[in-house]
Amino acid sequence: MIKKMLFMLVLAVVLAGCAAPTAAPTAAPTAEPIKAPTAVQTGPAELRVMVHDSFAVSENLVADFEKQNNAKVIFIKSGDAGMMLNKAILTKDAPLADVIYGFDNALLSRALSAGLLEPYASPLLADISEAFKMDAAQSALPVDFGDVCINYDKAYFAEKNLALPQTLDDLLKPEYKGLLVVENPAGSSPGLAFMLVTIANYGPEGYLDYWRALKANGVVIAADWETAYYTHFSGSSGKGAQPMVVSYGSSPAAEVIFASAPLKEAPTASIVTPKTCFRQVEFAGILKGTAQRALAEKFIDWMLSTPFQEDLTMQMFVYPVSSRAQLPDAFKQHAQIPAEPAALAPADISAGRDAWVEAWVEAILR
Amino acid sequence: MSFSDRLKRVFSKENALTLALWAGPLLFLAVFFYYPLAAIFTTSFSELNWAKVQPTQITRPLSFTLLQATLSTLLTLLAGLPAAYVFARYEFKGKRLLQALITLPFIMPTVVAAAGFNALLGPRGWVNLGLMGLFNLENPPIVFLNTLWAILLAHVFYNTTIVIRLVGSAWQGIDVRLEQAAATLGADPWQTFRAITWPLLRPAVLAAALLVFIFDFTSFGVVLILGGPQFATLEVDIYTQAMTMLNLPLAGLLSIVQMICMLVLTLLHNRLGGGSFVALSSRMRQAAARWPRTLRQKLLVGGVVIFLLTLMISPLAALAARSFTRLEAGRGERGAVMPGLTLTYYMELFQNRRGSLFYVPPVQALGNSMLFAAGTAALALPLGFLASYALRRKTRLNRWLDALLMLPLGTSAVTLGLGFVLVFNRPPLDLHTFAFNLSLAHSLVALPFVVRTLLPALSSIPTSLRQSAAVLGAGPLRAWLLVELPLVARAALVAGVFAFTLSLGEFGATSFLARPEQPTLPVAIYRFLSQPGALNYGQALAMSTLLMAFTTLGVFLIDKFGYKQ
Repeated sequence: MIKKMLFMLVLAVVLAGCAAPTAAPTAAPTAEPIKAPTAVQTGPAELRVMVHDSFAVSENLVADFEKQNNAKVIFIKSGDAGMMLNKAILTKDAPLADVIYGFDNALLSRALSAGLLEPYASPLLADISEAFKMDAAQSALPVDFGDVCINYDKAYFAEKNLALPQTLDDLLKPEYKGLLVVENPAGSSPGLAFMLVTIANYGPEGYLDYWRALKANGVVIAADWETAYYTHFSGSSGKGAQPMVVSYGSSPAAEVIFASAPLKEAPTASIVTPKTCFRQVEFAGILKGTAQRALAEKFIDWMLSTPFQEDLTMQMFVYPVSSRAQLPDAFKQHAQIPAEPAALAPADISAGRDAWVEAWVEAILR
Repeated sequence: MSFSDRLKRVFSKENALTLALWAGPLLFLAVFFYYPLAAIFTTSFSELNWAKVQPTQITRPLSFTLLQATLSTLLTLLAGLPAAYVFARYEFKGKRLLQALITLPFIMPTVVAAAGFNALLGPRGWVNLGLMGLFNLENPPIVFLNTLWAILLAHVFYNTTIVIRLVGSAWQGIDVRLEQAAATLGADPWQTFRAITWPLLRPAVLAAALLVFIFDFTSFGVVLILGGPQFATLEVDIYTQAMTMLNLPLAGLLSIVQMICMLVLTLLHNRLGGGSFVALSSRMRQAAARWPRTLRQKLLVGGVVIFLLTLMISPLAALAARSFTRLEAGRGERGAVMPGLTLTYYMELFQNRRGSLFYVPPVQALGNSMLFAAGTAALALPLGFLASYALRRKTRLNRWLDALLMLPLGTSAVTLGLGFVLVFNRPPLDLHTFAFNLSLAHSLVALPFVVRTLLPALSSIPTSLRQSAAVLGAGPLRAWLLVELPLVARAALVAGVFAFTLSLGEFGATSFLARPEQPTLPVAIYRFLSQPGALNYGQALAMSTLLMAFTTLGVFLIDKFGYKQ
């Protein structure tokens, strides 16, 4: 009897399961014509924006945008920049969103060659320096930039009376043995950026020799930024062992802003000597196939407008690309912008990136 | 045998009933597991070029994965079995609290657990600082991070609770009178164990070993963060290939290799007798757990308690302690800020200082986590019951269906996550708007746990019990409610705890599918850790401590409530 009852129960579940999908199509034709017009007239239009996990913005700015455009913005956080882009490429036949934001110049050509984006020549591009406009077709529009630089623990270098390294070559000296932690370029965005710095310095032929020497000098390789910064770096709250870490030029400012007790001076600083940093420019674009083209244009304009450009510094710790935006005081005092970051063209990066990373993994990790 | 005979055999009465019981779980798996998986594999393999695949790209991660999983499983069993025995057979002060505490590692995000190990064993951790002070050493004597030992220790830390829970509850179910009878008949303790206890315990031990092995086999965060990038398991390589290299064909190939291993493992496990249970009426009461009397017993219990506290509780306690400590002292401005106790991080959790859109009050993150966890338990338990009843029937078909059921555990979260993104992005099911999206994904992982926990209990109920109930005039529902259910209540409870905690701590699929406005506690913890600053670090620790406190309370209450029943 129990078996029979269970059987009936299962049957009920199965029937319910089968009934649901078959019921939907029959109901749809009658329901849609009634609902659709009212939705268009009164309800806000929905705009989906794909962003990376570090994306942050002030609540009131988004509310303003939604009010002004009678829109509802749905943000889809999709992992780090690389993951997000790969997700977008994977679903490009049926796009998950209308706008994508957050892929950088190391990933730019992957986004462009996948044919993900529709061009949009925003009028606000006029306020942006030519150096940031890396896509001539204007389908990827620059929104912000930041620099991947080596951060150091000020107290450590002061205590040991140790001079700071000035070049990548300096890092091979015995006095810096075991003092640097970097991230794995296969899987971490700052890790990839720092590997690109070494390629800009030594070329695709020489960078592996440099890394072998760096490894012999005790470089520590962590999986991601979180582990490198909080577990290995001695300047962070995690009390690690290495006084130098590959992080961002704005990290020292964040250490002051997010101190647990007010600090006059940042406990860390960046090394910004020539050709030791990598500039990451982050882009936004309209995804091909959007049904909300007009609204998507408005959203891009909103990202390039002064309120958003001034908001992103304190929300995401990156710099605005718009020349009209002002920097907050904490940035002026504690964040450093390198005068001469290492330079590599996006096209070169895209042509070489995967092979460079693979060769690096083989030579350094295995 | 002719084809029609075979067909007849497949559709025999016995099999028909089995299939009917399977219908619910299989439908669920078909829609939420096999369908997205098929979609991602179809996309991946459309561009597969065998010429580009080097055998070492597969054999290297495979052999390392097998090596570390085998070592980790052996060590976990070594750590867990004595503890399971002590928990099953002895009473001691704080037993229930300790039992709740040891589930904590299970739910801790890897980054947080890594921070705990670092506070303890890192270059500037307590142990190394202590040793350096004691022996006047220049450099830290223990190198822990980025070694194989870190991976093994972390796996023991994470999975010992599986052994204790599964084997412990089985051990508790074995009638002591059997062992006493053997002793009376002149068997020494070793003979008793071999002839009586082990055969009864073996299915539970094998089930625990299987689950632990699978968890170690598919380990991702531990290997990446504690072992460092020089170690790569299949799961790590799948992630790297899919997300960094956009080499979906290779990622798909590695996923398939991983899944084949899972199938072989499950089948091997069944062949070894993991599926054969001895039907014996289990004791209704917990009467056999007693206080240790002899010195040897006291040493055993004390040793196990101290071991568990050291291995599993101390790294977490170190973190909890730090969440109340000012972190500024001892770094940048040495001496400028007095070290001391503070509630700053906890107070800060409740403030949205920057007016950020994605700010989530901790109470809400906790609520989200609890909601998803409850949803997971509500989905996985009924499905698990159906599947367990089906699996109790010994048919050849079942062996394969069992393997199909286990497969989600061994499937890479990245692969499945991509599959989900590919197929569930518009009505009728749009994961970006569906409130219970995470419960669906978590149930896939929880289901095998629920089944592995329920099955031994269900199988050990002799049919004679139900028959006697029927003879005495009880209807099937009454017999089930009054006879069977109470007998499996404890196992169902353990299964529920597993489903609940698995969901609380799951991060792989969560990071893929969580909606930004509905983050879980682990997601919120990661958000804090993704920006520099003492306040962010402190808040991450404070959030982790809250997660620990609520989990302990939850598990403690479930245990307490459950055992009273």
